[in-house]
Amino acid sequence: MSSPKIHIKSFGVHSVLIEWPNEVSEHILEKILHFETFLKNELLTNQEWEMVPSYNSLLLINRTAQIDFPIISKDIIAWYAQLGESTKPNRYLWRLPINYDLEYGLDIEEVASKLNKTIEEIIAMHTGSTYTVYGIGFLPGFMYLGGIDKKLEVPRKATPRPKVIKGAVGIAGKQAGIYPQESPGGWNIIGNCSVPIFDATKENPCFVSVGDKIEFYQISRAEHNLHKIEAEVGIYKPEKIKINA
Amino acid sequence: MLKVLKAGFYTTVQDAGRFHYRNKGVPISGVMDEMSVFKVNSLLENESAAAVLEITMTGPTLIFEEETYMALGGAEMSATLNNLPIQNYKVYQIEVGDILSFGRLEKGFRSYLGVKEGFTTKEVLGSKSFYRPITKVNRLMDNDVVPYSAQNLFQPKISEIKVASFLDDSILEVSKAPEFDVLNDKQLEDIFSKTFTVAHENNRMAYQLTETITEHSISMLTSATIPGTVQLTPAGKLIILMKDGQTTGGYPRAVQLTDKAICILAQKRGGDTISFKLV
Repeated sequence: MSSPKIHIKSFGVHSVLIEWPNEVSEHILEKILHFETFLKNELLTNQEWEMVPSYNSLLLINRTAQIDFPIISKDIIAWYAQLGESTKPNRYLWRLPINYDLEYGLDIEEVASKLNKTIEEIIAMHTGSTYTVYGIGFLPGFMYLGGIDKKLEVPRKATPRPKVIKGAVGIAGKQAGIYPQESPGGWNIIGNCSVPIFDATKENPCFVSVGDKIEFYQISRAEHNLHKIEAEVGIYKPEKIKINA
Repeated sequence: MLKVLKAGFYTTVQDAGRFHYRNKGVPISGVMDEMSVFKVNSLLENESAAAVLEITMTGPTLIFEEETYMALGGAEMSATLNNLPIQNYKVYQIEVGDILSFGRLEKGFRSYLGVKEGFTTKEVLGSKSFYRPITKVNRLMDNDVVPYSAQNLFQPKISEIKVASFLDDSILEVSKAPEFDVLNDKQLEDIFSKTFTVAHENNRMAYQLTETITEHSISMLTSATIPGTVQLTPAGKLIILMKDGQTTGGYPRAVQLTDKAICILAQKRGGDTISFKLV
């Protein structure tokens, strides 16, 4: 497939934004991550550079130096044309265990009744999709997941909760995600993930990267409790499958 | 150790910031007013990334339990050392048991305390900057202690500097941010002609402005943001992201503050006014 067109946009003196067409698409995300890897490996190797990919954009930030926008714009266009068959990033599928008991799935009954489904059907739909991580932001480790089953789309709650617990699994409209830590939140909470998505004590604090895939599977309360203890002492590792082409 | 006798309003340890985790959603944090901290650390002949205390609005009362040299910068908070008034941007030699306290906030909003070689609290993900949940705490409380290494052989090359204060500046220089070109003429005119009031909703994450501009219905996909990004909500509210600001956002990014403008804004409090100037 041909490379989708990019636009370069000025964003202060330390950063520059590269934008792809305004759509949620696997093909575009793949290009963004491929180009990010190419830039990191071959061109912007200096440690002062940081890159933030999200949906249809890639932000390049230089911590200290001022960027000459006209020069870097021309460079980026030229570099993008050289992308070719250069090394692609490793991408992974993570299978995350979820407990859907009512104690955790605070809104699962309400969601089921709104959608005219049984709780079992809600769980089947939630665990039946493979989600794509289109972005990580809002909170450390908060994933923006695309790929929710259309039949599971339900509006966010009219009144947000002042406190949603760590690991809460939420859905709202086309969005799905997991609260990586306690925070206020307006999504419908249908379960809890026993694997900590973000752990600041680890050198890589968040095992998931933009472009990875997520699948959920149901576990019992007993398994959930066991995983939590294992995670606390650092011996629990989520199931990881390499998905690279 | 530096011991906190009385915590004051909001005091944190900050260094240059936490880099290379923005792609995992971690804000960079770090000192809000880099210009003032640069001068404090320069006077103490510290590395520019040396950790300082960032003291917001109402200062703490602190007792030094080791010898060192200290300097203050940023906001003017009527600081005293053992009850004697001291000034910003001047190096003071500290004896064990010296007490630093703060009085009335005269000018600015954030004051900085540097010590020789900087504070030596534990780094998490490459930075000492407080930011919960990356660090366990988000501010200093009564009886907390902040470690530093004892120093008594420092001969400062310059013991004090007179600095041109920017605490009264109110013009924020900005450049175009990614959605600048999709704003209409009215919105642009509003941004650059109005005087805006800093709302009481202002902190290390973001500064909100009270006055609104023309509403919009621009929809965009979530994309990266950086400190100094001015976001425009659909209702026409302007939100300026600061050092603890989220790393992505879904609101149009109208303009981007320069590094200096971030420092100027960091010294503003609720009720102060600012305006934007495109450079």
